Amino acid sequence: MRFSHVSCAENCGLIMDPECSRLLPALCAVLADPSQAVADDTCLEKLLDWFKTVTEAGSSLLLLQENPCLVDLLSHVLDLKPQDVSPRVLSFSLCLAGTFAAQEDCFEYLQQGQLLLGLFGEAGPLSWAAWSVPTVRSGWIRGLRSLARHPSGLHFLGDSGALDALFSLQGDSSLFVASAASQLLVHVLALSMQGKAAGSPSPQGSAWPTCAQKIVDHVEACLCSTAAPQVTQALNVLTTTFGRCHSPWTEVLWGQLSPLVAHLLESDPIPAAHSLVDLLLSVARSPVFASADCGLWETMARMLSCLSPTQAGPLALGTLKVQHCPQALKSQAFKILLQPLVCILRATAQAPGPPGLLDETTEGGSMTVDTLLSSKSACVGLLCQTLAHLEELQPLPQRPLPWPQTLLVEAAVIVLQLCDGLAAPSSSEGGRLCGALAGCVRVQRAALDFLGTLSQGTSSWELMPQVFAVLLETLESPASSPTVLKKAFQATLRWLLDSPSPPTCLNLGPHAPLFLKELFPVLQKRLCSPCWEVRDSALEFLTHLTACWGGEADFREVLLASEVPKLTWQLLRDPESYVRASAVTAMGQLSSQGLQAASESSGHPEGQQGLVGELLHILSVDSEGFPRRAVARVFTEWLRDSHADVTRDTQWFVATVLQMVSRDLDWEVRAQGLELVQVFLAQTLGQPNPNCPYAVTLPKVTPPSPLPEVLRTLCQLHIFDFVFRALFDCDRPVAQKACDLLLFLKDKTAPCRGLQEPGDSSDVTSVEATLQRWQAGEQGEPLGNLEPEEVLAALRSMDLKGLQSRLAESSDHVEKSPQSLLQDVLATVAVLEENVADCY
Amino acid sequence: SSWRRAAEIGPEDASWRLILNTVTSNMKLYCLSGHPTLPCNILKFKSTTIMLDCGLDMTSTLNFLPLPLVQSPRLCNLPGWSLKDGNAFLDKELKECSGHVFVDSVPEFCLPETELIDLSTVDVILISNYHCMMALPYITEHTGFTGTVYATEPTVQIGRLLMEELVNFIERVPKAQSASLWKNKDIQRLLPSPLKDAVEVSTWRRCYTMQEVNSALSKIQLVGYSQKIELFGAVQVTPLSSGYALGSSNWIIQSHYEKVSYVSGSSLLTTHPQPMDQASLKNSDVLVLTGLTQIPTANPDGMVGEFCSNLALTVRNGGNVLVPCYPSGVIYDLLECLYQYIDSAGLSSIPFYFISPVANSSLEFSQIFAEWLCHNKQSKVYLPEPPFPHAELIQTNKLKHYPSIHGDFSNDFRQPCVVFTGHPSLRFGDVVHFMELWGKSSLNTVIFTEPDFSYLEALAPYQPLAMKCIYCPIDTRLNFIQVSKLLKEVQPLHVVCPEQYTQPPPAQSHRMDLMIDCQPPPMSYRRAEVLALPFKRRYEKIEIMPELADSLVPMEIKPGISLATVSAVLHTKDNKHVLQPPPRPAQPTSGKKRKRVSDDVPDCKVLKPLLSGSIPVEQFVQTLEKHGFSDVKVEDTAKGHIVLLQEAETLIQIEEDSTHIICDSDEMLRVRLRDLVLKFLQKF
Repeated sequence: MRFSHVSCAENCGLIMDPECSRLLPALCAVLADPSQAVADDTCLEKLLDWFKTVTEAGSSLLLLQENPCLVDLLSHVLDLKPQDVSPRVLSFSLCLAGTFAAQEDCFEYLQQGQLLLGLFGEAGPLSWAAWSVPTVRSGWIRGLRSLARHPSGLHFLGDSGALDALFSLQGDSSLFVASAASQLLVHVLALSMQGKAAGSPSPQGSAWPTCAQKIVDHVEACLCSTAAPQVTQALNVLTTTFGRCHSPWTEVLWGQLSPLVAHLLESDPIPAAHSLVDLLLSVARSPVFASADCGLWETMARMLSCLSPTQAGPLALGTLKVQHCPQALKSQAFKILLQPLVCILRATAQAPGPPGLLDETTEGGSMTVDTLLSSKSACVGLLCQTLAHLEELQPLPQRPLPWPQTLLVEAAVIVLQLCDGLAAPSSSEGGRLCGALAGCVRVQRAALDFLGTLSQGTSSWELMPQVFAVLLETLESPASSPTVLKKAFQATLRWLLDSPSPPTCLNLGPHAPLFLKELFPVLQKRLCSPCWEVRDSALEFLTHLTACWGGEADFREVLLASEVPKLTWQLLRDPESYVRASAVTAMGQLSSQGLQAASESSGHPEGQQGLVGELLHILSVDSEGFPRRAVARVFTEWLRDSHADVTRDTQWFVATVLQMVSRDLDWEVRAQGLELVQVFLAQTLGQPNPNCPYAVTLPKVTPPSPLPEVLRTLCQLHIFDFVFRALFDCDRPVAQKACDLLLFLKDKTAPCRGLQEPGDSSDVTSVEATLQRWQAGEQGEPLGNLEPEEVLAALRSMDLKGLQSRLAESSDHVEKSPQSLLQDVLATVAVLEENVADCY
Repeated sequence: SSWRRAAEIGPEDASWRLILNTVTSNMKLYCLSGHPTLPCNILKFKSTTIMLDCGLDMTSTLNFLPLPLVQSPRLCNLPGWSLKDGNAFLDKELKECSGHVFVDSVPEFCLPETELIDLSTVDVILISNYHCMMALPYITEHTGFTGTVYATEPTVQIGRLLMEELVNFIERVPKAQSASLWKNKDIQRLLPSPLKDAVEVSTWRRCYTMQEVNSALSKIQLVGYSQKIELFGAVQVTPLSSGYALGSSNWIIQSHYEKVSYVSGSSLLTTHPQPMDQASLKNSDVLVLTGLTQIPTANPDGMVGEFCSNLALTVRNGGNVLVPCYPSGVIYDLLECLYQYIDSAGLSSIPFYFISPVANSSLEFSQIFAEWLCHNKQSKVYLPEPPFPHAELIQTNKLKHYPSIHGDFSNDFRQPCVVFTGHPSLRFGDVVHFMELWGKSSLNTVIFTEPDFSYLEALAPYQPLAMKCIYCPIDTRLNFIQVSKLLKEVQPLHVVCPEQYTQPPPAQSHRMDLMIDCQPPPMSYRRAEVLALPFKRRYEKIEIMPELADSLVPMEIKPGISLATVSAVLHTKDNKHVLQPPPRPAQPTSGKKRKRVSDDVPDCKVLKPLLSGSIPVEQFVQTLEKHGFSDVKVEDTAKGHIVLLQEAETLIQIEEDSTHIICDSDEMLRVRLRDLVLKFLQKF
């Protein structure tokens, strides 16, 4: 028996095969013909990719010589009247020429016919009307980018006037073109310096190679310009340069340009402040400047002190992330980062603020206060930025020390109180902050995220009452939006689970049990929310908390005393499928931890056995995929953990679940069914990875039974029926999983001698015949009651390894071949032609 | 009066119109209510007296003991209150409950101010919404009012229901006692708060009768949105949709050159009524802003969520839910939310009861005012489906309504359940019964959704109370953020509002955002205050009779501007001004009678021509020189020029609006110079 698949050459695409070579002239003819429009840009892009692969693998010169139609295409484009050239084809030709010219011998070959000068020189497309189309300008830059790989290319760039064109393209109306121009300039600069890199860099300007000199001169001129766009362009080029090139010459370059950069700081307002920040950070990050002091730190310090708080934030964060930055600069940056929170603490403090950072950070404080109070949007913007920056900094190893954990927690708490409208500051600034922040969802979300990350800090436990109080307020408040509630639940979870308890305490520490008592009524209310997102987040929170704390006595006590288990049960019938799915997961978790006892003992109609029934009901009838997936996952977990309801009659359980899962329309449910089978097999046959000497055999796994018996059981439970069907599933992940499973089984059964070798019995052939029909898509017929011998025979005869590797290939590998690409392009043109004919 | 602008030919008719710059006259606003959401103001504008809303402040009833429908031993046995010195002469009138003192009498209401202005002079009353007309019978029946009341149909119909319910609640529990001793000023001073601080208790009145209600409502004339109503030819009033309740309106009061907008109880949220018409409020000279949300920090959406969650939690635990409410308004939205929610919350088997003498009418009325509903609900009518889903709740028996707890209700009553009933003050109505019935169990919950009464004060006579209390006031009226956007949008020249809106609420004095912030700052008013509105009327429109217009000879003095002099008789009647042709010059008189007629005719002297234009100094000097003045010298002054004729010792002073020739008694010279000056000017 053979299960064949369409096969394809392994290395297809890397070489120009004869078939493609045969198609090329037709393709080139189509492209060169202005009356035949190529409809699809992506085809041309794919063609370029293919040519790139081909040229990278072999000689471009050879390619051109063997396929003269390619050079003909390029020269034909130049021969056409400029107005006849389609911008797409022109752009394609420019890129293609560049791709070929990337190899120096091919470059020379193309140069002989003046082809490159025609395409990239001043008399070429640069002066044509098609130049106004951004695709053409982009193609021109891409072509040059490919071409600029060798000294000849570099000379060409210098002589053809392309650099001047690039300078002006930096300000192009298309951002893609402008950015590509800037990138190419950096590339040319680096390439040009690379040729010179042998010697040590010379501080004299005259020592720069021609191209480099020209670029540096241009950048210098731009930096001195009064026009902000020019300055931005120069800064962008420099930022990319220092970000990419880490050769010693960059230090010389900085030495030459830094006075001009420093000069920019003297203007008010600072031109192109964002780009300037990027440049300084790019220089600071460069390993070249790790040890050298070249005035960079002073410039950054000056910049930090004169930027507006909103602009200074990103610079401060970037500075703090730089490993080798001086301590003084770090502390200045950190103060700036903290400034908005310090201002908020000051404005809202009833008593004089805490000592330490609050007293020191007066510098620039008034500017921050002004920003915070100037308008609602400015206040919200600055705060959100600050909170996000500090959140990013918190887990980093290079974060400043000492880390003001207390101040940050207090600030996050007060910001949340301002948002909830709970803070009642006495100062007029505080009052205005209240007005600006009350009910502001954006700040609430940012503050909750930040507060969540702060749970990991040390010495937070004395702040826990404060934190829990504000979290409880947010969870309780009717004004909290669903997204805020979700974040509040997440933050609460982090504080509960990460919360450091004082060393003397056992269990949950002193605060958590008290908090839980107050939290559960809120959780109950949220489980009844009319907004499904809220019910969903509340259920997720419950699931996570139960997973971690299900064994803690304090938690169990509070949970069982509440209505939460009952409400969760009711949500299994929620009209919203996401909520049903979350309720399934939550109930699964509660049940695993034995936390349903209360509803049982209180005479609730739904008992523990009822939950299996309820979940099976969802699995069989729920119209949405999410709840069914959740049930399949819960059942797998239950089987894995030997849940009491499962172990009562494991075989019945597995058979019932698989029967339902096999009919499911959702492939994830079917895949989850295979997962369940895998767990079951592992429990009956042993772990799937017997080679691992360190594999821990879990005590709950029953000792493996004798193989023939196991196989008989599997047959009785119709597990093979399910797995074989899955093998031919139209969804690849299901088939892959089934294949892996069968391979595992085959591996396990290989040494099986307890069973007689199957002959050519008619039974076996009927199984094979059925399987072949299944593969062909006719899956109506059942396998019937299989015998272990038949299964073994089928397993042996199948080329599972081959199937596995075929399944591993992506489904579109056939369509991706270059030959099919060429045919596609030609076919599209043909179709277009037909349509044109129809029109007349 | 002085002429201000050139005459222009009217677009619609051939007559000419003139705009008269009148003697400036002030507009006044008399503020009769101190309650910002239950306003009662009077606007005096162009000889009309317009009352804006007629709200009744019912918070006074919180000082009274509840009126139980079924005798309540608890209330009967409350101890009488005595003074600190043990004097118990008030113990019949005042009772004590959990540290609070209540008047044991028929509840009384605080009326709008009646002494500030003679209310019989009120020409019209404009009603904004059904909550703002509850004092109407007091005004129309007891003040000599003879004018007309304007309101939309839903406002009248639902207003009638509210009044009917109120009268019914109070009349069906007759109370023999009417306490008045405590109102004595000297005695009131000795009482504990809040009785001590209650304002104008002497003017508090008992509820009106159904007869008075009917009589008051018969004075209402129905109007539709954007309908223009002429008042005495002087002003035009127009109701606009305000988005707050069925038929709720804002009003535009305008003359030809002045516009006053009255915004009362508006909402920008998408609930059941037609959306608010903001555009028509633009270009107002004065915008009177009342009826903003009473709970500016509460978001109605969040509150509805809170309402549903708490309702579900209580009912699932086997408890009952009591919702004290008005029979119309937010209840429609709540029922709609519940309609969507009960199935998801597994509450399908829980009965919902709506108990009010007008429950049936209210539920049915809501379904028939399709044209007053939001677009979504309007379009349902064409399907055809009832606009509100409570029809389905009633059909499926999930919602049942009863006129009172007596009768059918007692047979159908099943617990746990949810009861919607009035009155939100908890002082009368069926709610009193449920408070007494359910107050003792902590399983039950009372959920306050109406924002008009402080829930703590409402609950005071029921303390100690075991039942849970949830406060989720749902007030969809404008909040301060929306107001600030609205004002930016409509750009009124002046804003007038109750003083409560010009400072943060007392409990949140730091919240500077909870007040109206606009430029120029709003003018505020308080009860019993008269406000001169900060804007002067300057123009009056006058029509010119066609035959008079025909006789005018306009002269173009600048491109597009023509002038003509008019001699006419100004005829004023019904606030309309008309210029009529002057009578022919008097015939030779032959009798006394005729003489008297001609006496009335103003003297029509031959008028000197009017001059216009300016004198170009250089050309003028050239002309002088041409006419033989050789020693002309020109000096520039701050206002113009002085032309000096030295020899003749004469000065010609040329300024923008005057020219003087100063020469010493040489009349010939003066006339000569005058004629030269006149050559440069146009005459007409």
